[in-house]
Amino acid sequence: MTIDWSWIGDHTDDLTTLTVSHLQAALSAVFFGVLISLPLAVVAHRIRPLRGFLLGVSNILFTIPSIAIFVLLLPISGLTRTTTVIGLTVYTLVVLLRNTVEGLDSVPAKTKEAAKAMGTRPLRTLLTVEFPLALPVIMAGVRIATVMSISLVSVATYIGDGGLGQLFTDGFQRDFPTPVIAGVVLTILLAVVADAALVALQYVLTPWKRRRA
Amino acid sequence: MYELIKNLGTWLTSGSSWTGTDGIAHRLAEHLQYSLLATLVAAAIGLPIGLLIGHTGKGAFIAINLASFGRALPTVGLVVLVFLAGGLSMLPVYVALVALAVPAIVTNTYAGMTAVDPDVKDAARGQGMRGHQVLFQVELPLALPLIMTGLRLALIQVVATATIAAYVSFGGLGRYVFDGLAQRDLVQVLGGAVLVAVIAVTLDLALSGLQRFLFRHRTA
Repeated sequence: MTIDWSWIGDHTDDLTTLTVSHLQAALSAVFFGVLISLPLAVVAHRIRPLRGFLLGVSNILFTIPSIAIFVLLLPISGLTRTTTVIGLTVYTLVVLLRNTVEGLDSVPAKTKEAAKAMGTRPLRTLLTVEFPLALPVIMAGVRIATVMSISLVSVATYIGDGGLGQLFTDGFQRDFPTPVIAGVVLTILLAVVADAALVALQYVLTPWKRRRA
Repeated sequence: MYELIKNLGTWLTSGSSWTGTDGIAHRLAEHLQYSLLATLVAAAIGLPIGLLIGHTGKGAFIAINLASFGRALPTVGLVVLVFLAGGLSMLPVYVALVALAVPAIVTNTYAGMTAVDPDVKDAARGQGMRGHQVLFQVELPLALPLIMTGLRLALIQVVATATIAAYVSFGGLGRYVFDGLAQRDLVQVLGGAVLVAVIAVTLDLALSGLQRFLFRHRTA
């Protein structure tokens, strides 16, 4: 199996477009995943009986195969980018929800009591005390969700989207390995770079962690 | 939408769609066969690695990176790549499914091993147990719940992903998804997807129930 470098040279524009589209799908999914899971996690954290229910539902959603989710969405949103993003978002929920709940659980009760004693209102405590302290655990979830989404985008190639995944279909149909190799390498690179960017973001967002280290 | 669900119900319940080599029963058996074999191979690779890393405490960095690398690996790309390199056989499918399952098994085995109380290990050594005795008689039994979680997660992921066998012209429930997509037969596509989802969810519930039953005497 040899790499046809001239093909890569001729198709740098296409590869760039696909990489951007790939990243865009994955990041949109993580964005919506965070947007949905943050309030749900607060509910699951505060109201104990709902906790098992919410985590259970997200667990079941996670066991549904990605191709099945995309296909099941076809009658609703058709062969569109929306289908890709909804499908991927569903997948991010289980990791994001579990980590956010665990992060909120890990905030010491004394810290919350101290905030209350100082007259901080509940919403403000949540935003300025609980979320920042839960951030490392939440960010661990965001990292897993991001890497997973980047890898899963290519499954959407079966419904005509899929970013870099289109290179797999293309290479498969023409019995031509170069685009497939390029697609695999770019996907992994994208995942590594996105993960590193999130580590950097976490470093910026948690200055109090640095002083100790 | 209603018409679609009605047709889907008809397809899933009519006797003719369950029988024959293209029937649901046969495809289901194929699907389970691929999934179980791939998970077994992955366990044969992943368990020793996880146990060794956990026991010696060496190579944890590699294990964690392997896990995120495994998560980043696009399964579809891997199948196509091995297919183009090795030709038409089940090998690409198995390679991809095993590659998908190994990280989950390694990381959970390792996590289970590190969660074993160091005092317990010290006590075992203090009683004169040898390294392998500590590993098999103390660490492994204590790590077993998390190891089983890893195997369960791996199997579920593999079941969900085994649909790609059909992409490179083999059987399994993916057949309905890909044939349906090619024939623009949405009922068949949805039927295949629903079946895969149902067995994945059923296996997950059954295995986590089994786990709870087996470890019912443990508090943690």
